[in-house]
Amino acid sequence: MTQDTLLQSGPVSPQRAMQLLNRCVTYLIILVLCVLFGFPLFWTVMSSLKTIPEMFSFPPILVPSIPQWTNYWTVLNIDYPVGQWFVNSVMIVILTTLGTLITASLVAYSLARFEYRGRDVLFMITLSTMMLPAQVTLIPQFVLFYRLGWINTHLPLWVPHWLGGGAFAIFLMRQFFLTLPRDLDEAALIDGAGYFRIFWSILMPLCKPVLATLAIITIIASWSDFLGPLIYLNTPEKFTVSVGLQFFNAVPEVGGEPMQHLLMAACVMSMVPIILMFFFGQRFFVQGIVMSGIKG
Amino acid sequence: MAVAETGASVGGAPDRKATLLSKLVGAQTPFQTKRALWGYVYAAPWVLGLIIFWGGPIVASFYFGFTEYAVIGSPKFTGLSNYIRAFSGDELFWPSLGRTFTFAGMYIPFAVGGALVLAVLLNQKLMGTTVFRTLFFVPHLIPAVALAVLWTFLLAPRVGPVNEFLRGIGISDPPGWLASRDSALASVTMINVWAAMGGNTMLIFLAGLQGVPQELYDAASIDGGGAWAKFRHVTLPMLTPTIFFNVVLAVIGALKVFTTAWVATQGGPSYATWFFALHIYFQAFQYFRLGYGSALAWVLAAVLIFFTWVQVRYSRRWVHYEGG
Repeated sequence: MTQDTLLQSGPVSPQRAMQLLNRCVTYLIILVLCVLFGFPLFWTVMSSLKTIPEMFSFPPILVPSIPQWTNYWTVLNIDYPVGQWFVNSVMIVILTTLGTLITASLVAYSLARFEYRGRDVLFMITLSTMMLPAQVTLIPQFVLFYRLGWINTHLPLWVPHWLGGGAFAIFLMRQFFLTLPRDLDEAALIDGAGYFRIFWSILMPLCKPVLATLAIITIIASWSDFLGPLIYLNTPEKFTVSVGLQFFNAVPEVGGEPMQHLLMAACVMSMVPIILMFFFGQRFFVQGIVMSGIKG
Repeated sequence: MAVAETGASVGGAPDRKATLLSKLVGAQTPFQTKRALWGYVYAAPWVLGLIIFWGGPIVASFYFGFTEYAVIGSPKFTGLSNYIRAFSGDELFWPSLGRTFTFAGMYIPFAVGGALVLAVLLNQKLMGTTVFRTLFFVPHLIPAVALAVLWTFLLAPRVGPVNEFLRGIGISDPPGWLASRDSALASVTMINVWAAMGGNTMLIFLAGLQGVPQELYDAASIDGGGAWAKFRHVTLPMLTPTIFFNVVLAVIGALKVFTTAWVATQGGPSYATWFFALHIYFQAFQYFRLGYGSALAWVLAAVLIFFTWVQVRYSRRWVHYEGG
């Protein structure tokens, strides 16, 4: 209030002017950054709506004269099974996320609520797996799946997630279980509930926020995963969106027709689901990152 | 301990078998034993996962490193020859390792420093902070393949908008970016920095900034400290644990760089972006030299473990812990 009256009543004080200038400079920097982060995305969306001559025109044009919305329809009907890639990715993401949520919370429940010999050692080993580069275990895992006859199937991509969901997921869930009051368990136990009942009917409903966090993190990681599908999948019908895009990118011409505008449309289609999900689940996502970062 | 001993006597005199079982699971009473057993049941999926997907593979990969192995057939023990070949007979080994370090050396300061700058800007409680935060974060959400594809187009030497902009501001001979041997490595670094800057690293910094007590800033103001002095003498020291955490993660991430380089350049032009992780991939999954690939993976693991150890070891010199 005093500042407002000051502003109205006469010359601006040097301190206030300094503050205003600071604000302006900060906004200016943020604006430049917004362009830096926003423009590539804007350009990609615009390119996905261009015709081929517009895409390769020189000098480049920013906005297509007539937006070619049909590009999005065409890309689903070309010689590559683009639609199938999306179906495959969605299937794998769902199976991976379900497995991670269910088994990681069970394991975390065990680590947070039970006392038994070897529990702390198990937790230490769990944490130490986060340090080892995936490349070390990748080759033997490939051999294992090869022996099982799982190459060029989706099994190697989601089955492992049903065995505990990985160290990060377990860690995140365990930290959350530790914040829930133990009296809940004890009361239920006295009332005659079994351990699984306590887990499923009492603790899990309280875990909804952290489950949402874990779901979002898992979905993003699984949707973007490239190395796994690249190694295990060989035929285009089995590809996920990531490998499919790469395949499309490497051979952009079908029957001599350039298809870069369609590639851009496919790119946008691969980004949109993840970005939309982030918008709706932003709160949970930010919480989760903060939780893992602060307590890690 | 006293409590535990009483617990054992309260349990009465259970039969011998139960006592043995109790000891085995680290419990005293039948109730505790039962609970411990359930604990094992719920941990079982992960124990199984650890054995199948971690323990087994680690042992196997260590063994493969000393063998010649091409999936079909069985591994043939060849002693140290894979490692000797890596260190002295593989023309791409040292350059790819060096290139990975060059990448990390450029990537880490820009990605972590940039994230810190963004976090400080967003922490000013300006209007529209949520919108800015979301916009900065979106690049991090783009699947790595799409990221590489879209930047390939943006950086296209002739028809790309970036070079058009550069020509527009008077640079008549803009770089060839990903297509040129001299600038490909810098371009891949730039793409990765762009995608990482506003991502998790920034969010973790934001959380760290929220933990800096306002009193310290007030005290600095009273002492006549300006914005820079506050940043230098309050924010930075208080943030060192967070910086440390982010740098450790960035080093791990940087040394494993793979997808953007693989999609955008396939390691080229003329090996300019042939990183160590690409070298492993090509050896193991293109040429199916699983033994040699395993040896290379262990070299990468050793490098990572070494750098993490060095950072933890020397962190005491610069990381400031509250009350520590």
